[in-house]
Amino acid sequence: MIALIDYGAGNLTSVRKGLAAAGGTVYSPAAPTDLERASAIVVPGVGHFSATAVLADQWRQAVRERIERDVPLLGICLGMQWLFEGSEEAAGVPGLGIFPGRCTKIVAVRPLKVPHVGWNTLLRIGTSSLLEGVADGVHVYFTHTFAAPITADTVASTTHDVSFASAVERGYVFGLQFHPEKSADAGLQMLRNFVRLVHG
Amino acid sequence: MLARRIVACLDVRNGCVVKGINFGGLRNAGDPAELAKRYNADGIDEVVILDVTATLEGRATLTETVRAVSKELFIPLTVGGGIKTEADAAAVIDAGADKVSVNSAALADPSLIERLARQYGSQAVIVAIDAKREDNSWSVFARSGQTATGHTAVEWAREAESRGAGEILLTSIDRDGTRSGFDCELTSTLAQAVSIPVIASGGAGTFDHFVDVFTVGHADAALAASVFHFSEHPVAELKEHLRRNGVHVRPC
Repeated sequence: MIALIDYGAGNLTSVRKGLAAAGGTVYSPAAPTDLERASAIVVPGVGHFSATAVLADQWRQAVRERIERDVPLLGICLGMQWLFEGSEEAAGVPGLGIFPGRCTKIVAVRPLKVPHVGWNTLLRIGTSSLLEGVADGVHVYFTHTFAAPITADTVASTTHDVSFASAVERGYVFGLQFHPEKSADAGLQMLRNFVRLVHG
Repeated sequence: MLARRIVACLDVRNGCVVKGINFGGLRNAGDPAELAKRYNADGIDEVVILDVTATLEGRATLTETVRAVSKELFIPLTVGGGIKTEADAAAVIDAGADKVSVNSAALADPSLIERLARQYGSQAVIVAIDAKREDNSWSVFARSGQTATGHTAVEWAREAESRGAGEILLTSIDRDGTRSGFDCELTSTLAQAVSIPVIASGGAGTFDHFVDVFTVGHADAALAASVFHFSEHPVAELKEHLRRNGVHVRPC
């Protein structure tokens, strides 16, 4: 069972539907202790980084414990940003710090706009089990204002005047800045890859 | 590179697509789910369901329509038409919509934009603006173009942005239904006045109109309904036409 953490940052109907279409079964943990039975964890979310403040203390600890036991974890959009050390969007709210660096506001010059909304391309970097079978240069659907830096864990980058990490991966921890559940066949392929990791 | 988006609009009344549809091979041409599925397979970037139902029974049917359309649709889905309250928005979002589009209700009470943005995030809130040229600017009309509001399009778009709108859906009342092309001057003016994306609507009649609205009009996305109804693979053909004219679109 995949634990889909609902911390009040946006509607989860589409994520739930996408995971189901990829063959996953999903539950919503009501408390951190409910993560103990998770075979995988998904941290979704849209909106302001301060929304992740709800995932404090016991949630952080429970998620960390699961990560240490190699339970696959996927952060989507804001959920991916939370896996970094923090974001300049809410300086006082710490991220989980699995990936190094902080998220910063995208600085794009007109006619390009911020927020970055729409279908943009993935430039793949190195190998990735989450992106297996996903072509380099494929378009996926983004909607965000802040973005994570490109580091050694980046497996795909995207450019909107500036380049940022659009997919990160280390061991069984994954993050996608875009919305795989809204990215047509390419997104479903990633969700299927994730569900396959869960079920071995 | 960010692609320009092509958005298909389904005008729905009491659960059925209205406006002339001339598709071969559809089991039921009036079935919004079937039509959305077809557009999706053809490479559409987003789908908008515009509910033109006035009755309460029709509103209940809408959530069923949204549920049916969203079931196999893994691209963004927006629902608009008659969304007046947070409860209206919640009903369609819970049924599977990713974004809601608000128009008259936001003009009557602009705080609706803030409340929806706080609840669902700005990315889920589209403010639809119906604008008509008057002298040297564009005036905003409410209630399907019936009621003057005293706002100019630029001023209202900026206010909507500052209140938390994630995108503007801009319809030219002058061009809507004419098939004489998008109002590129209006679109360009708005696109440069705000930093959120502008979806142009109203007037699409040929594929060249889309080229114009992206190049001259600086639209981030373009929406149409009936232009997609006249061939077997309209979206794929449109995208190929845009690509040949130097407009970057997501390949089908």
